Formats: sequence, structure tokens, C-alpha cells
Amino acid sequence: MKQILKNKSALTGIILIGILIFVAIFAEKIAPKDPYEMDIWESYRPPEGLKGEYILGTDDMGRDVLSRILVGARISLLVAAVATGVSLFFGVTLGAVAGYVGGATDALIMRFMDLILAFPSILLAIAIVASIGPGVVNAMLAIAIVRIPAMVRVTRSMVLELKEEEFVMAGRALGLSHARILFRHILINCYAPILVVATLNMGTAITVEATLSFLGLGAQPPIISWGRMLALGREAIRSAPYMTLYPGLAIVFTVLGFNFLGDGLRDISDPQLRGR
Amino acid sequence: MSRYIIRRLLQLIPLLVGISILVFLLVHLSPGDPIRMLLGEDATADDVARLNEVYGFDQPLYVQYFRWLLNAVRGDLGVSIRQGIPVNTLIFERLGATLELALASVVIAIILGIPLGIIAAVKRGSIWDYLSMVIALIGVSTPGFWLGLILLSHVALKTDWLPMFGRDGSIFKGIWVLFTQFRFDELSKGIRYVLLPAFSIGTGMMAIITRLTRSSLLEVLGRDYIRTARAKGLSHQIVVLKHALRNALLPVITIIGIQFGAMLGGAVVTETVFAWPGVGRLIINAISQRDFPIIQGGVLMMAMIFTLVNLAVDLSYALVNPRIRYE
Repeated sequence: MKQILKNKSALTGIILIGILIFVAIFAEKIAPKDPYEMDIWESYRPPEGLKGEYILGTDDMGRDVLSRILVGARISLLVAAVATGVSLFFGVTLGAVAGYVGGATDALIMRFMDLILAFPSILLAIAIVASIGPGVVNAMLAIAIVRIPAMVRVTRSMVLELKEEEFVMAGRALGLSHARILFRHILINCYAPILVVATLNMGTAITVEATLSFLGLGAQPPIISWGRMLALGREAIRSAPYMTLYPGLAIVFTVLGFNFLGDGLRDISDPQLRGR
Repeated sequence: MSRYIIRRLLQLIPLLVGISILVFLLVHLSPGDPIRMLLGEDATADDVARLNEVYGFDQPLYVQYFRWLLNAVRGDLGVSIRQGIPVNTLIFERLGATLELALASVVIAIILGIPLGIIAAVKRGSIWDYLSMVIALIGVSTPGFWLGLILLSHVALKTDWLPMFGRDGSIFKGIWVLFTQFRFDELSKGIRYVLLPAFSIGTGMMAIITRLTRSSLLEVLGRDYIRTARAKGLSHQIVVLKHALRNALLPVITIIGIQFGAMLGGAVVTETVFAWPGVGRLIINAISQRDFPIIQGGVLMMAMIFTLVNLAVDLSYALVNPRIRYE
């Protein structure tokens, strides 16, 4: 933890993500307006700045853009966290088994990963959601599936390396079961690179979620999501460009936070890269 | 080398079969009856049955798959349910536009990314280094389609020179005209249309190239032969640009190949933003209309191109680095 706080990149990431989590939890309390309240007479009001009534303006239905951005943080974080969690669980399990067992099991798992990687990942996510139907849960599932191979690869390579170590032989000599050795002793030692990939995956997941919602395949109204806000903004791009600017900045801010943290964690876990 | 090529080509076969099964299942397991949607709620059961027969939807799934695969291998991807036009025709009309966009994005990423990486490495620790790293990190974190929207509203709308939507003429044709008829107008027209979409797709890759160029160049600059070159009294510029860069760019070239596929994925969404008449926009429109043959054919085509590009990258890398062939 001390190392993390000393690393500028990781610290910046933690601060950005911290702000975001705070916003997501207390969105309704900090939001200046009711994010769902429509007022057609107030539609397309341009941003009025900190002193105005609508700080970042209003959308086509006269809803407050700032309040909607604040509440929109929830779905972004939720989708990214669940999708990353699911891909983490399956990716680590499959990667650990592939690396430890080897042989045909390894080949089968890796060929399946090759298959997922044979598609541009955003296209595969779009195709999956188009197939199983739009919605938050399906978007989570699609994002999780396309992010699994990265997890499998990093876990597998770590396990391949560690299973030749002496502590594994010692475990076997003690009569420990394979499962125990793998999940209790080997995996514990490769959490660092897995954590780095998971952190960077969070950023990617947020981008993919926004993309799916932008295309109308992710969160459906009345759920507020940044991607949907961008889709609405696109309709009014000539008259109300601020409607696309601010939700997008929120996405960049969030993804930037996870990328900063991921970079920082990588520097810490791999001292060779330090200062690069 | 030829043995390596043959091995890689053989490995390709199960992958392509896998891709075809996955694409087929994705579309056929989805809820919602396309025939019902096409005919509307008032259609009689007879009509639905007849059309199901026409499209072969009444057959068992594996029969449908083999029939589709057999046709696909022969280059027949079926007919669009909505437009009645062969999917092949629809895709090939648009493939050039998508490839042009992806290629233009790569070019922009290289033109911006490599110099930025060089500056960062040479001026390591300076404000320039810091600045280019921040630009790179922001570039990685910015969704391409959003950047596209911003470029539309803040650049295209404010200048007359850059069009907002669509495509007029192609860069390939423009280059041809330039060299055969010595006219620049076709090319400039093509560039004007492709510039903004390509820039919005290319920034992500630019960021990756910048970071990799920097770290790779830093590593090379620390090597003995660079010290020797400096000791010979060669100028700083020659050492960096002629001696170091040549070796530092190898990993960068690999990543450019790998990322080309990602450009195709990025194009899918950005095409929608800029109304670029490519395969991506075709697929997205087909999704909203549940036009299955187009979704199937389009996704299959993109995955095939993606796989072939990756194979080409691997092969060219094996050509440069003999160790890979014997792995």
C-alpha cells in the first residue's frame, strides 16, 4: 500500500476512481436537480456555468445534464465491475487449469480463447448483445466474454512459470492435492499481474459499455447511462454540442483513472519497468 | 520458412470452422422470429411457414449450418431479408470504404505516434516527455466514437473544408488519378472525407505507438553499440535516427500489425457516427432491422479479415525473426 501511495500514476488513479465511487454512491445527494424530471419548456438550455440554474445545460427533454452525468456514473461502474468480476473469475480459473494441467485440456481452452480473439472485441460484444438482446445484464455478459482471453493468458503464463518452483514440489511431497496447490499456493503468488490486467480491463469495460449503450444495445431508458446520453446528444449535435461533450468527458475521466492505476500497479509489480 | 507457413495455414482451418460455427450460432440462437418481424403481426401462419421454407428456417439447425457454410465457402452469403439484395454484393460494395478508413487510421496513428514517442525518449524526464505521455494516456482512454462526435461538433461544423458525413470518392482512386492524370483534386476530396473519422479511430493506436516507441527507444539507447556510435563522434541526431530508431521500431511494427485488427473494430462504431458507407455501418443497421443474413455475413467477413491480417503479421514477423519459426 505504501508503494502504491508513492507511485504518482497509481495515486492519481486512486484519486480519480475514489471521486467516481463517491459520486456513484451519493449521486442523488449531490445532484443539483432531479435527473429524471422533464420540463419541455427548459429543453436545450446551454450550460450556464457554476452560478446558473443548469450548470451543464439541459437535454432534449429539459433534464439537467449534470445531474444525469452524476447518476450515470452508477451504471458505468456497475457494468464494468460486474463484467470484470465475471471475466476475472472465469479467466483466472480457466487460465490456472490450462497452465497447471497442460496437455489436451490446455490446448482445448487456448483454442477456445483463440476463437474469441479471432473477432475484433468490440464487434464480438456487439454481435453477442445483438443476439441475446439489448440490456444491462446482457451487456455485462458480452463484455465479460470478450475480456476473458486476456485474463486466461496472463494467468496461464504465470502458472506455467510458477508450477516449476520448489514450493510446488514441496507441496506435492507433503501430499497436498493438486487443487489445493493450484488454488491456494500458486495463484496466491500471481495476483500482481492479474490485478494489473483486471484494472486495465475495468477501463476497457467502461468504454465498451458506453459503446453498446451508444448503439442502443446497452442500458435501456429510463436507466441513465453515459453512452445513451451521447446517443441523444448526437441527435442534437448541431444545436446542443454540450450534450455530447460532458458525458464523454466523464467517460474519459473514468477510463483515465483505471489506466493510471493499472499503469502504476504494473510499475510497482515489475521493478524493471520502473521509471520507464 | 515454408514449413512454418504450411503449419500456420493448417492451424487456420479449425479456427475458421470455429468462427463460422460461432457466427452461425450467435445469429440463430437469438430470440425473435425474423420472418414474423418481416411480415408483421397480421401475417397468416401459412405465409410464415412458406417464407420459413424459402429461407430454410424450417430445417434442423445443423442442416441450416452446413447449407449456409457450403454456400459461404462458394462465396454466397445469402440474401438480405429486408433489401432482397445478395449479402455479398452489399458487403463488397462497402468493404473498400472500411479498409480505406482502417488504413487511413493506421497512417495517422503512425505519423503522430512515432515522432511523439521519439521526442519523449530523447527528452526523457523533460516537460516534453511528460506531455507526450499524458497525451498518450488520454489517447488510450478516449473512446474513438466520442472523439468523432466532438470532432463533428467542434471542427467539422466550424469549418467549410471538412465535411460532416459520408464519403465521396476514394483515396485509392485519388492516388491513381494523381499518378496517371497528375490531378490532385480526387485525392484531396478523398482525404477531406476520411480525415476526421480516421483521426478519431487512430488516436487510440497513436497512444499505444507513442508509448511503445518511447520505451523501446529508451532501451536501445542504453545499449553498447549506441555508446560506440557516440564515441565515434557521430552527431546526436544521426545516432538516434539512424542507429537507434532502426532497432527500436521492430516491436512498434509488430504492434501496428496487431492493432490493425482493432482498427477494424473501431471502424464499426465510428462509421455509424460519420455515416461512413462501410461494412460496420451495414452491420449496425442490420442489427436494428434484425436482418440476419447481413449480420452473419458481415461479422463473418470482418472476423476473416481480422484473422488473415493477424496471420500476415505473424508470418512477416517470422520472416524477420527466424527464432519464431522453430518454436
